[in-house]
Amino acid sequence: MVTRYMLGNEAIAHACLEANIDFASGYPGTPSSEVIDILRTQEERPFYIEWSVNEKVAYENALAAAWCGQRSLVTMKHVGLNVAADPLMTSAYTGVVGGFVVMSADDPFAHSSQNEQDSRCYARFARIPCLDPSTIQEAHDMIRDGFALSEEFGLPVLFRPTTRICHSKSDVSIGDPGTEHRTGVFTKNPAQYVVIPAHTRVLHKKLNEKQPALARRLVDLGYNRGWVKGKTAVIAGGIAISYVEETIPGDVSLAKIGAYPIDEEWLETFVRQHDTVIVIEEGAPVIEEIVRQVAGTVTVLGKKNGYAPLEGELSPRTSEAILEKAGVLSFSPYPDTEAAGGVPPRPPILCAGCMHRAAFYAMKKVYRDAVYPSDIGCYTLGIQLGTVDTTICMGASITVASGMAQSGEARDIICSIGDSTFLHTGIPGLLNAVYNGADITVMILDNRITAMTGHQPNPTSGCTACGNPAPQVSLEAICRSCGVPFVETVDPFDLTGTLEVLKAARQRDGVRVIIAKQPCVITARRAGVRRKRYVVDTEACTGCRACVRFGCPAIEFSGDVASITDLCSGCSVCAQICPVGAIRMEGRT
Amino acid sequence: MNESFDVLIVGVGGQGTILASNVLGEACLIEERHVMSAETHGMAQRGGSVESHVRIDGIFGPLISPGTADLIIAFDMLEALRYRHFLKEDGRMIVNSAVVIPTSAFQKDLPVPSHDEILTRLGTPVPCVIDAAGIALEAGSILAQNIVMLGAASHYLPLLPDSLTRAVRALVPPKTVEINVRAFDMGRDAARGCGT
Repeated sequence: MVTRYMLGNEAIAHACLEANIDFASGYPGTPSSEVIDILRTQEERPFYIEWSVNEKVAYENALAAAWCGQRSLVTMKHVGLNVAADPLMTSAYTGVVGGFVVMSADDPFAHSSQNEQDSRCYARFARIPCLDPSTIQEAHDMIRDGFALSEEFGLPVLFRPTTRICHSKSDVSIGDPGTEHRTGVFTKNPAQYVVIPAHTRVLHKKLNEKQPALARRLVDLGYNRGWVKGKTAVIAGGIAISYVEETIPGDVSLAKIGAYPIDEEWLETFVRQHDTVIVIEEGAPVIEEIVRQVAGTVTVLGKKNGYAPLEGELSPRTSEAILEKAGVLSFSPYPDTEAAGGVPPRPPILCAGCMHRAAFYAMKKVYRDAVYPSDIGCYTLGIQLGTVDTTICMGASITVASGMAQSGEARDIICSIGDSTFLHTGIPGLLNAVYNGADITVMILDNRITAMTGHQPNPTSGCTACGNPAPQVSLEAICRSCGVPFVETVDPFDLTGTLEVLKAARQRDGVRVIIAKQPCVITARRAGVRRKRYVVDTEACTGCRACVRFGCPAIEFSGDVASITDLCSGCSVCAQICPVGAIRMEGRT
Repeated sequence: MNESFDVLIVGVGGQGTILASNVLGEACLIEERHVMSAETHGMAQRGGSVESHVRIDGIFGPLISPGTADLIIAFDMLEALRYRHFLKEDGRMIVNSAVVIPTSAFQKDLPVPSHDEILTRLGTPVPCVIDAAGIALEAGSILAQNIVMLGAASHYLPLLPDSLTRAVRALVPPKTVEINVRAFDMGRDAARGCGT
C-alpha cells in the first residue's frame, strides 16, 4: 500500500490494474479520456488495450471479452453512452461471465460537453447496477467491487464518475497490480447470447429477478448508508456527499447514496425516521424520485419543488445554499463576493498555427453566404471564426448538411468534420448523402490525430493505442468507395491551392469532399518539426487588421501596427493573407 | 467547515498551472498531509482561462468557494482580476506582472484594463507582484515561470520550503532540475517582504 497524489482518472486506471483487468477499450471524451491513456502507457501489467473508432464498437468489443470470461473495461463520456446505448440495453439481458465495468463519465455544467445528461438514468433504464463515487479514493476502491459485483450478478456494471472526480486530484492509497491473467474462452450458449424473441422473453425475466438481491447487496457493501441524528435528514449522492459533509450541522441526519439500484426497504426505514428530508444530487432527480416513492407523509425537499437546482454543477456553496433555503442552516458560512467586471473573456481558442484556422479562412473566403454545419472536436472552436453554425453530436455534421440541402435551403452548404469524428460516425452520413443525392460540400479536417481530448491515435495515425504500427487509413479511398465523385486533398497552409480547389468544388453539384491535411501543430512540434517564425515589417504594416481578424493567438496589435509573438509556429498563412506583404519569414528581408 | 488551507492557481492554458498544483500535491505527500485539488482540462487548455483549486489538509470536496481562498497564485494579471473574488478578506495574492492579452480582445477590439488599473482593482491586501519572466530567464529558462511563482508563494504556503523543493526536483523534467530549483529560490528571494 502506497500513497500517491493522483488524478481521479489515474486512480481509476490503477485500480483496474489491481483488479486483474484483461481487456480495455474506449473512445476518448472529456472527462473520461485519461483512463485509457494511462492504461496504454503503463508498464505494470500487460493486457489488451485499444482505442476504438466509436463507443458502440468499444462497448461490443469489451462485452465480447467479458462473454469470454475476461475482466474488461470500456470507457466513454456520458454522450458517448448514447452511441453505445444499443448494445448496453441488450447486454443487460445477455449478462456477462467475466467482470464488465462500463465507465461513463458525466459532465455536470457541461464544462466540455454538448449536454448535461445523467448516466444514472441509463443504468436505471437498462436495470444494471451503477456505482457513483463521492471521492477519488472511493472511485479507486469501487473499481474492485465493480468487477466482483459484475461477476457475482452476471451483469454489466455502470461506473459513473463526474468531472470533479475524474479531473480532481488527491492523496490516494493504492495497492499492487494483480498478477492473475485469463485467456478468453467463449462457451456457446445460444439461449443466453442469441437474443431471438423466444430467448429474450426468458432473459428479460431473469434480469428483473436479479434486482432485489442486487439492491440489498449494495447496502451490505456499505455504498448506501445512513446516520440518524435528528428529525431532519439530508440524502446526498456522488460528489455532492463531499460538499454536504463540509457544511452539514451535527444534529442533521445524513444518508449517502453511492450505488444504484437503491434498496427501497432500507431507504424507507431511513426516511420514515424523519420529518423532513432534503435530497442533494447532481444531474437528474434520480434519488429524489425514489425518496418520494417511499416518503409517505415525510416532507421531501429537492429539485422537484425548487429547493435544489435542476441544471448545472453543485459546489460546497450551492449545496450550502440548498441547506439554507431548507432551513437547516440559519446563515451562510460563506462571504458574499462578486466577480470583477470589465475583464475581457478568454475562451479556449485554436492554437497558433492550427491548420483548422487556415482551412476555415479559405472556406469562408470561397463559400461566402453559406451555411456551415460542423461537428465535435477542436474545430468546433471555429465558432469564433463564423464557420460553425451547428453542432449536435459526433458525426452529425454531414447528416445535418445533407438534411438542410434536401430541405430546400438555397444557400451553399459546406460542413466540417475531423478525421476521428469522420471515422466515428461520419462515414454512414457521407454514404447516405451520396446515396440520396444531396448537394453539399464536406471538408474533412484531417490532422491525423484525435487532438481535442489529448492526442489519442486513431486509424489515420499509423499506430495503435499501445504504439504498435498500424496501416494508415486512406480517407480519400473511403470517400471514393462511398461513391463521392469529387475528392480532393489540399494543404491548408498553401492558401492559394486550397482556394483553387474550393472554387472548383463550388462549381460542381452533388457531394464534394475536400480533405484538408496537415498534422496537428502540437503533435508536429512533439515530432520535432521546427518552422521559422514570421515577423511584421512595422514600416510596411498599414494597420488594416486583416491578420488580427484571422484570429491567430500569436498575432497582437498595439498602437497602429500588428506584431507576432513567440507563439508563432511558422505556418505562414498570415503572410499569405497580408494585403501589403508586411509579414515575412524571420531572417528574410 | 473544512480546516484546509485553500490555494487557487490561475493562469492561461499552457502556462503550467497543472505542474504547479502537482508540486503542491507532492509536497503535501512528503509531509504526509491530505490534499485535494480540481483542475481545468480539455477545451480550456487551448489558451483559455484555467484554474486549479488546491486544498491543503483538505478532506472533503476539491472545490474552493468564492470568498474563501487563503492564497491566490496568478500567472497573469488579467486572470488575477478575473478570480479576485475567490480571495477571503485577509487572503494573500501573488501575481505575475505579465499580461497575455486575449486574442478575442484584438478581434473584437475590447478594452483591456492597464497594468496599473488592474493593480488598483485588486485592492488590499496589496498583492505581491513578481516579474516571473525576467526571473525565470535569469534562472535559465523562460519555461520556469510557474516554479518562480511557487517560490514567491512559498512564504505564504503552510508547507516547508524544503518539501516544495523536493517536490520540484521530483516533478520537473530531469534535465531541468537545476534550473527549476534555482527558479524556485530566486522567486522566493524576490518575494521577501513583498506586498503588505
